[in-house]
Amino acid sequence: MKSDFLKGTAAGIPIALGYLSVSFGFGIMAQGAGISVFEAFMISLTNLTSAGQAQGVGIIAAGGTLLEMAAVQLIINIRYALMALSLSQKLDDRFTFPKRLIAAYGITDEIFAVCSTEKGKITPNYMYGIIAISTLGWVTGTLLGAAAGEILPSSITAALGIVLYGMFLAIIIPPAKKEKSILFVVVIAALLSVLCKYVVPFLSGGFAMILCALTATLLGALLFPEEEEDDT
Amino acid sequence: MSIWIYIAVMAIVTYLIRVIPFALFRKKISSKFIRSFLHYVPYGVLSAMTMPAIFYSTGNIATSSVGTAVALILAYFDLPLIVVALAAAASAFVSGLFLGVG
Repeated sequence: MKSDFLKGTAAGIPIALGYLSVSFGFGIMAQGAGISVFEAFMISLTNLTSAGQAQGVGIIAAGGTLLEMAAVQLIINIRYALMALSLSQKLDDRFTFPKRLIAAYGITDEIFAVCSTEKGKITPNYMYGIIAISTLGWVTGTLLGAAAGEILPSSITAALGIVLYGMFLAIIIPPAKKEKSILFVVVIAALLSVLCKYVVPFLSGGFAMILCALTATLLGALLFPEEEEDDT
Repeated sequence: MSIWIYIAVMAIVTYLIRVIPFALFRKKISSKFIRSFLHYVPYGVLSAMTMPAIFYSTGNIATSSVGTAVALILAYFDLPLIVVALAAAASAFVSGLFLGVG
């Protein structure tokens, strides 16, 4: 039981490091929008999401309506619903309803990626471990960024911008090498996403991402419906 | 309007999106198609998120490309996540020094 928590914590270290640098940028951005250190900290603690928070801060700064805030969060974050549904199929029997209520808080792109590609079922303690250290990285980075602004030279913060993407590649490349179907989904999603970016640049990033991911995934499921080994 | 109302709306909407499918969906999905679909979701989502955003991630396409190439090679050889992630950042940083970009 306890070792599951530690295992999760260890698995979450790269996420926490990535979050530390990304949320540092968010902290700087929030401070620039006139949001206090404590408020920025609370936004990060209660939302635990990068794109949604960045847009949210923009809406707060612009004095937007609450309806706009809710709609934007819904569109940007709707991908979590897909991830949550996918993860719900991988949960261990120890995941009772209250535990699901707790762990749902921590479904982010990165935590989802690590949990969903983990061999076998996910236990509550494993997921708590990942969430705990990732959240720690996320709020610490926000605090540092909001409080200290530009301590680090920009050459370092700029280079840190690639950390999370590097991690994504490390997650998708090895299985894509082994399974042709996964390679197919990865390549189609990447091609569509590049196409979206340059052909229909007016599509919002979050929405375009959902569209490309869904199309590639649907095609993959239609053409290669048999790959199921990892779920058991 | 108080900023706390904004923060509450953000937090509640985001949590509901996560919790509704996660907590209410308890059955094993029997449809082969839907199960395959859910199996592929992470790869589709991560790939679409990474491309082409990774090439803009450091604010400079040249250093981002170096970092991306290093990440791709190391990921291909199954190195651990943290190694791939940090090597991507380190190589982007070092190439930035050579190219004289910040």
